[in-house]
Formats: sequence, structure tokens, C-alpha cells
Amino acid sequence: MQIYADNAATTKMSRAAIDAMLPYLDTVYGNPSSLHSAGQRANEALVSARERIAKVLGAQPQELTFTSGGSESDNQAIRSAAKLGEKAGKRHIISTAIEHHAVLHTLKKLEKEGFTVTLLPVEPVTGLVTAQQVADAIREDTALVTVMYANNEIGTIEPIAEIGAVCRERGVLFHTDAVQAAGHLAIDVHAQSIDLLSLSAHKFGGPKGVGVLYARRGVRLTNLIEGGAQERGKRAGTENIPGIVAMAAALEESAAQRDAVTARLVPLRDRLIAGLAKIPHSALNGDPVKRLPGNVNFCFEGIEGESLLLLLDDKGVCASSGSACTSGSLDPSHVLLAIGRVHDVAHGSLRLSLGADVTEEEIDYLITAVTDVVTYLRGMSPVWRDLQNGKRSYIL
Amino acid sequence: MALYSETVMDHFRNPRNVGVIEDADGVGEVGNAKCGDIMTMYLKIDGDTIADVKFETFGCGSAIASSSMATELIKGKPVSEALQLTNKAVAEALDGLPAHKLHCSVLAEEAIKAALKDYYDKHGIEYDHSLFPDCAHCEGCE
Repeated sequence: MQIYADNAATTKMSRAAIDAMLPYLDTVYGNPSSLHSAGQRANEALVSARERIAKVLGAQPQELTFTSGGSESDNQAIRSAAKLGEKAGKRHIISTAIEHHAVLHTLKKLEKEGFTVTLLPVEPVTGLVTAQQVADAIREDTALVTVMYANNEIGTIEPIAEIGAVCRERGVLFHTDAVQAAGHLAIDVHAQSIDLLSLSAHKFGGPKGVGVLYARRGVRLTNLIEGGAQERGKRAGTENIPGIVAMAAALEESAAQRDAVTARLVPLRDRLIAGLAKIPHSALNGDPVKRLPGNVNFCFEGIEGESLLLLLDDKGVCASSGSACTSGSLDPSHVLLAIGRVHDVAHGSLRLSLGADVTEEEIDYLITAVTDVVTYLRGMSPVWRDLQNGKRSYIL
Repeated sequence: MALYSETVMDHFRNPRNVGVIEDADGVGEVGNAKCGDIMTMYLKIDGDTIADVKFETFGCGSAIASSSMATELIKGKPVSEALQLTNKAVAEALDGLPAHKLHCSVLAEEAIKAALKDYYDKHGIEYDHSLFPDCAHCEGCE
């Protein structure tokens, strides 16, 4: 059996997105800035895609900037808000300890440039932050609050509408990294009081290399890329028409199917969680309810995540882990550490992010495959041996 | 996955000499759970020969493969030869390791040396202390 359970990393493109894209690779290849008919046909596609995406987000078309993806959108959103704050003498930014590196690394750079950053701690295990925490952290000189809509590793859905309301009331700009949420959770930039929002097409069936930055009318963007007058002069470079058109198709499709997919996926996700929870000395990471419909993330004591992934791959399962060996750094995932998982168990983490079409049979296969591999690896683990014979105390 | 050579994947998928020797003559354990890898080596020594060797490893694919290869390289060999085992030899026998995984082969070398030191200590055998530089460290997390 082959199961792709790494949809939080990237998704397969939807058929609708591929079909929407093909003509713009093949016959409608003009540059939308060109005056001739070939260019104008491309421009019509651009205008239409912008309108359709805006509609899904509850935004105005002119409030959208097309970018290369989530990281660029996050960078530009934060840089722009920082610039606006600086002009008003505000050099303080509030965020959380579990943001994506596109946010955290941008904030680190701003700290070097003289900004002060408050990273709110999250609730142990669930990873939730509260609007009250944000309200308490806002200062006279706060320029921006940036809190992700849903976490990419543990799937926790943050209370962004409440946080947005607090920010609006206090007159502070609010950005949300909605990369994991777009296409999977409802977005309404007005109802949720969002000033800036980032999304990426390849997380909901669109192509890689294209995303959106929403900036509420009146929130002036700062360029990361200088050049031509594309995107109202805020993001230079010939627009990625095939990508943008496909993103619009994918977003419309996933928004239309969202309620049905969620209703189908949540019981399957919970079946998987219940199955994996039967593995002794394991623990679910993230909130059990305020959770992305396709996200399952566990820590298994006594084993290491990379070997778990490699053996699951041999069984046809594509998954992900927050262990140091898979993160490419010496420390395990900052998200797992922030929710209170110590290094020893954070190394043994597994993320399964389900696709919309996953079946009950596949869920049961995942439970069996993970249980078998964890049991096998524990059988050769000196850590597990010490836990079993009492030389080491169980953490989970 | 193309991260590892075929040999690494073979030793990872089918590790040789996994297990525990209950009446081992020497046991060495190196690494740290905080860093994500721990190796334990068990030696059975007959005269001057490594009669049997087993290992247990908590760690990534290359840690398991490095332990497995290290046991193969010393099994049945004279103790003097086992003392000469280098991490480089382990990595080469595996047809190479990615640069950021070389510490796994270092850990394998250290685990075998720790087991040999334990054997000498337990059996009151005199040895040259410079053979065993203090390797109870973990470069990883500090």
C-alpha cells in the first residue's frame, strides 16, 4: 500500500488546478504587461484569478499581492508592518514561540535592526495561545502582532478572530500566517479582523512557487523585490500566470469542498489518533479538538524519528518528523520544545498529515505500520531497554 | 531515499548483530538521549579474539547502520585490530555518510572502544590509557 501522509509539507495538485493551468503554459503564454492581444489574454486571467481568490478570502482584489509563496508573503507582511511601525516610533512586535521559520527568522533579523520581539509561550501540549496573552503583551510601541492561524507541525488552530479583535481594538496591525489554514479552514479577513495574511498555493492542491499576501486597504506594503510596476508596484517581476490561475482554481475548489472534506476527515483523523494512542508511552502533540482536520502528530518514547520515517517509507508511507536528524539541525523541532516536549522525546516524533481522499482502510494500515515500526525500533533501543528495566524513568 | 548509500540502507534495514550479550566481557555505551543517539556495544572475548559482538542503538538511520557495520568490522578479529577501528573505516565501509551524519560513525568507534576499555578494566588487564581518550562527550547539543 502506498500512502502519502505528508500533505502539510505539500499536496498533490488537484485535477482542477492542473486543467486550469495547462492553457497558460501552452497557448496563452503572453506577458500580462504586454499591450498586444496575447498579453491581454494573460492579463484577463490574472484579473479573474485575483477576483476569485479575493472572494474566497472576503477581500477586495486590489488588496491581494501575488508572491512566490508563504515565506515571501510572511517576510513582506512583517517587513511592511515593521516599516510602518518604525515611522510612528513603534519598534515592538508580538508573536508566538511556535511560528514557522519564515516568521521567526524575519523577526530575528528585525531584532538585530533594533526591534524588540515578544514571543508568547504556548500552552503545554496543545500549543494554544490566548487573546488575553496578546492583550497583556501589547504595549504603547507595539507595531505588529503576528500569530499563525494553524500550526504546520502539531495542527493546532489558534483563536485568530479573537486575537484580531484585540489588535483592532488596540490599534495594532495583525498578521496571520495562514499557510496551513488556507483551503482547509474558513477565512474571512473582515470577520477575523485580519490586516495582513499569508498563504501558499501548494498546501491546498495548487502548484509550488506561488502564494498570496493580503494587505488590508490602507496598510502600505514595503517591497522586497524592486523592478517593474507589477502588483501595483509592490512586487516586481512578471507574474506567474499559470501558477496564479491554478492557485485560484485550487482555492475555489477546496473552499467549495471544505465542509464536506472536514466532516469526512475528522473522524478518520480521530480514528488514527485513537489507534496510535494505544502504543504504550506515546503522546499526542497539539490540541485534540482545535486541530487541522488532517493533522496527527505523536511522540513515541525510546525511538528516533528519522529511522521511523525511513522504515515507514519502506512500508509505503510518506510521513515527517520533528527530530533533529530530520530537521537538519542539532535540535529537535522548536514547536515540540515549545509545547513542553523535552529533547529525549521530541526526537521520537511523527507527523502524519492526511489527504482529503484517505480511506478507512488506509488509516488502519497506518496504525499497523506505525505500531510495527515503533515496536521494532524499541526492540533495538538501549533507551527503551533502560526504560523497561527501570534504569531510566518514563517521560510519556 | 537518496540521502544514504545502498550499503547504509542495507545495514539500516537489515542490521547485523543486533541484541544483547548477557554475559558480555565488555560493555560500552556512548551518546545521549538528549542529542538523539545512544549506542551500546557488547563484546564476548575469547583469548585475543572478538568472539562475538552485539549492539543496541537509539538513533537515526545512519546511527543504526554505523553500529551494524562497526560490529561486522571487528567480529572474529583480534582485539588489537578492533582497537585500531576508526570512524573513517566505518564510514568508508558504508560507502560514505552525508557530512552531517559523520558523527554517527564517530559514535560507533567510541562505543567499541568504550566496550574494550570496560573489558580491560573488568579483567584487570593493563593497557595504554592514551588508547582511550575521554570520549564520554556529545558534540551534538552543546
